[in-house]
Amino acid sequence: MSTGRKGEPIIEVEGLDTRFGDNVVHENLDLTVRRGEVIGIVGGSGTGKSVLLRTILGLKQPDAGRIRVFGLDFSTLPEAERRLNERRWGVLFQDGALFSALTVAENIQVPYREHLDLSQELMDELAAVKIAMVGLRPTACSLYPSELSGGMRKRAGLARALALDPEILFLDEPTAGLDPIGAAAFDELINDLKETLGLTVFLVTHDLDTLHATCDRIAVLAEKHVILVGTIDDMLRSSHPWIHEYFHGPRARAALAGK
Amino acid sequence: MLAVAAIGRQSGHLSRATAEIGGILAGLSSREAGNEADEPASYRADIENRVLRLEAAGNWSIVHLNKVDDALRKLAAMPGEADRAVIALSAVSRFDTAAAAIVSRTAARLEEQGLRVEFEGVSEAQHLLLDKIGGFGEPEPVHQPPVPLYLQIVGKIGETSLVMAAEARAMLGFVGAVIVTVGRTIANPRRFRLVPFVHHMEKSGFDALPLVCLLTFLIGAVVAQQGAVQLRQFGAEVFTVNLIAIIFLREVGLLLTAIIVAGRSGSAFTAEIGSMKMREEIDAMRTLGLDPMDMLVLPRVAALTVTLPLLTFIADVMGLVGGGLVVFFMLDMSPGVYITRVQEAVGFWTFGVGLVKAPFMAAVIALVGCRAGLAVTGSAESVGAMTTSSVVRSIFLVIILDALFAMFFTAVDI
Repeated sequence: MSTGRKGEPIIEVEGLDTRFGDNVVHENLDLTVRRGEVIGIVGGSGTGKSVLLRTILGLKQPDAGRIRVFGLDFSTLPEAERRLNERRWGVLFQDGALFSALTVAENIQVPYREHLDLSQELMDELAAVKIAMVGLRPTACSLYPSELSGGMRKRAGLARALALDPEILFLDEPTAGLDPIGAAAFDELINDLKETLGLTVFLVTHDLDTLHATCDRIAVLAEKHVILVGTIDDMLRSSHPWIHEYFHGPRARAALAGK
Repeated sequence: MLAVAAIGRQSGHLSRATAEIGGILAGLSSREAGNEADEPASYRADIENRVLRLEAAGNWSIVHLNKVDDALRKLAAMPGEADRAVIALSAVSRFDTAAAAIVSRTAARLEEQGLRVEFEGVSEAQHLLLDKIGGFGEPEPVHQPPVPLYLQIVGKIGETSLVMAAEARAMLGFVGAVIVTVGRTIANPRRFRLVPFVHHMEKSGFDALPLVCLLTFLIGAVVAQQGAVQLRQFGAEVFTVNLIAIIFLREVGLLLTAIIVAGRSGSAFTAEIGSMKMREEIDAMRTLGLDPMDMLVLPRVAALTVTLPLLTFIADVMGLVGGGLVVFFMLDMSPGVYITRVQEAVGFWTFGVGLVKAPFMAAVIALVGCRAGLAVTGSAESVGAMTTSSVVRSIFLVIILDALFAMFFTAVDI
């Protein structure tokens, strides 16, 4: 139900270089994400998965290369237009990144208050819907982030990311630290959202079960760029040592066996 | 950008209430960039043969839904003469979770009014979304009704009293725990952490020197200058020296230093320990068999107890230097004479009284700072709140303590 056609490129990264001082994280990295797909980004620790996510979001300046989201280069857009388009994505950070001075409901209502003109009644109702959508109990509405468990914070963060019904959802390790039941519910939630809202999901994860359950395509980050993009079958067929190790290791076999 | 207000066609069969509402349509200008199909959300309500027909059209995304929501709320509360309702979604170009929430709530309300609700022209995706949202049932109200003001005031007073009582109790317990730790450390001196002790002496003592020197020097000069001007009226300007010496050695040197240290180091103690608490470092310490009292609290309390008297001594000297400089220029009194007159003006105990108070004040500042840090709970906001309250409390307690000492010294005639 999102605008634009399914399958057209929605995120395009071309020739991206990122560095922290002398430490080169990405070198000539290319990646295209298509509208309506769930793409999983995998890679060893320190290969710059989160850095890639932050660079696409404009939180870190790329040292070279071009990034276009919705066909727009955000770094050259005028401020007002950039803000307008930033509403079209939602981000879930690793620990939820909820505002600690606000309750869960108020956290979800922040984008409504800032960007839209809605009645309090409608905002409350929508907050309650989002809270139910991510599987939190209604009583969580009035709690502060410090009163929530890690998993609940993640769900509340997701509810805030979904507040404006974004076209792209960025998830940074969404299932890390969740119990298996919670993680499975999270996978199902992502699939539901993709189906109902036509969401594009950019998923940074280590969770093999999530990769199996949700991802249409997987991009592997190693050696400072994307070494392979493809379906899970492509991954299983790959002869690259790291990919082989990753998708044929004991945990991968267990995840596959569960399918 | 389109700014189209769709016009509602009103059917002749509409009841009065519905007719009023049917005309209200969302006419928000499109604020979403890059969307082609941007006809704002609208709907049409007709009643024909006791069937209420709601035809939704346009972009039903959250950007456009506020007005539609208002109108639908009223309509659902007063649907008019009908026993059946049909909600048609075929003309909707975009339909998001907010729209699904509004539509399923409207359907639920209409059913409460005794209508049978049917959907028409629902796409598969819309169906999924409606099922998902409708399955959550009626959301509970998020905001509680406001409490009357007088109750809020009474409640606030009661709450604050309880918090204060609990805090006093906790503080007493904390002081007890620190005393126990001190006792244990004396019995077993190897427990004492020398490195953090020295580190905190440097941070809260040595590093505070420039600020303390500058401020006490300036205050000394100001007191001397003001004192000289006033005393000149009585021809008693030579007593300016007595004024500076007594006021500085006995009270101001210490008080100024204590307040500076409370602001500088007391707050730092709270913020350091507080953020460690927040990141579970203190819990980690406990699980590793380390006592945060030994590791964090005692070195800080000991460091401040040692450094505050030293700082006070330097503050006293700088105050006297500042005063001496003013006296030299205003009263033409040579440094030699000034020093002699200072010696005549004060006895040992004038100086002693100031210095004796210093370790007590240091202990109060450090204890309040550490205790506030340990009382931090989870959030970043709480670190800020505790730091503020730690500084306020320690300055307050320093001044109370000073008053108590004044009463004590008067009683023992010093």
